[in-house]
Amino acid sequence: MTPPDVAYGVEALFRRDADRCVAVLARALGDLDRAEDAIAEAFAVALERWPEDGFPHNPAAWILTTARRRAIDALRRERRGAEKQALAARLEASLPPSIDETRGDVSAIPDERLELIFACCHPSLQMESRVALTLRSLAGLTTEEIAAAFLVPVATMAQRIVRSKRKIREAVIPFDVPPLSQLPERLADVCTVLYLIFNQGYFATAGPSLMRTDLCEEAIRLTRLLDALMPAEPEVLGLLSLMLFTHARREVRIDGAGELVTLEEQDRSRWDAAMAGEASGVLTRAARHGTDGPFQLMAAIAAVHANAATAAQTDWQAIVTLYDRLLELAPTPVVALNRAVAVGFAKGAQDGLLALDAAASDGRLDDYSPYYVARAELARRAGDEAVAKAALQRAVALTKNERERAFLQRRLNDRN
Amino acid sequence: MQYMLLIYNQTGDVNRTEEQWDEIIPKYRAYGDMLRAREAYVSAAPLAPPSSATTLRMQQGQKAVLDGPFAETKEWLGGYYIVNAATLDEALRYAEQCPALQHGAAVEVRPVLDTA
Repeated sequence: MTPPDVAYGVEALFRRDADRCVAVLARALGDLDRAEDAIAEAFAVALERWPEDGFPHNPAAWILTTARRRAIDALRRERRGAEKQALAARLEASLPPSIDETRGDVSAIPDERLELIFACCHPSLQMESRVALTLRSLAGLTTEEIAAAFLVPVATMAQRIVRSKRKIREAVIPFDVPPLSQLPERLADVCTVLYLIFNQGYFATAGPSLMRTDLCEEAIRLTRLLDALMPAEPEVLGLLSLMLFTHARREVRIDGAGELVTLEEQDRSRWDAAMAGEASGVLTRAARHGTDGPFQLMAAIAAVHANAATAAQTDWQAIVTLYDRLLELAPTPVVALNRAVAVGFAKGAQDGLLALDAAASDGRLDDYSPYYVARAELARRAGDEAVAKAALQRAVALTKNERERAFLQRRLNDRN
Repeated sequence: MQYMLLIYNQTGDVNRTEEQWDEIIPKYRAYGDMLRAREAYVSAAPLAPPSSATTLRMQQGQKAVLDGPFAETKEWLGGYYIVNAATLDEALRYAEQCPALQHGAAVEVRPVLDTA
């Protein structure tokens, strides 16, 4: 094999199996940072050796064993910390690892990515750190890519990642699936992180580009992985269904000129029917478990939209009913806002405005631009142009995404 | 692995009445007993309020003795526990049961550094 072929093979191996190797080593070390360093070093060694030695029988196992040796050496070099020396000794005692090197594929390595997910999404880390760690360790995105996706300087993102890895190590955040008593809460935390990643891709909050498809696809991939590692969890299925329903509309959400198209105006024949079909199937699987949850309800709402051949045929009463239940489970002002919009379609603009006033009564929507967009739309349909115009002006002022602001500005101009 | 649970009172300087202490102390006793039963207890101490504190500092090479601190925040360290726990999750389980949470204090969980 020529060196470029080896390089290609090593890169493919890295893309496919690095997360799995990192997961195993991070768990053994209790240290994500050291694990990543050691795995990266092992891949570098592979690039040096394999052109001459050829591919080992089980490349992933070779990587893991090499990385483990590197990690032991690094621990040994530390001057301080009896615990580190003890850890090095334990790791060494486990060499050669309990990996069946005669099996030529990655399945010979234990899959501990679920444990890694729970560590990356630990509630003791800041939400933005959980998002960054998950993208880095499980989606394999580089720090530069994550920084670009979240519109922060690379140095800031690098520091965020370093800080949270240090916290995992120093505070001994466990690389474990939580016990049953805590599982629902912790799994909801993981789902929230994945949903945030998806939303960052879908509704980029600032800057020129509206949709970062890659992040959406990464979020879907990670949610599929979570479902594979932890099957029969209805909320994981609900989340996957919600993402697929939403992503099915990606092609028509933005028109040829790069402008936003509202749900009502979208050409539904161009929704990705196969993806929406999969979303339905996934939601049906979730429903079999007989326990609802916020993500299943949001997916069910998306399903009602997907089932309407035209916007006018939307079963708004069904959507209001789903929002009623969602509001019970997740009583947030944003859910109340979305419910008010649905009420506006189901019962009329006046009822919608009343529901909207109730949703905004505690002041938490005061700086939330979608609230003013909804208010403008309901006021317009209720025939109150002055209120509609004022609300749109406020929405324009509050919107950070350039494309969305341009879209609102045009609507405002149409009024004048 | 050891963790310190730092109890931060949020209510400004409090002087509790005898009756209040009578109510609080048994709860902390029970908490300490629970920690001991699980072999998690290392040490613990309640602290007198900051009004009793004296602070030493070096100022321009000179030792200075100061009354206070009279912190601008109302938050003050009211006491601590040191516990043995294998992971942060285990330490958090102990912290969750700390009676201080019931009377409005925050409990900060910090690993104790291994300096061996």
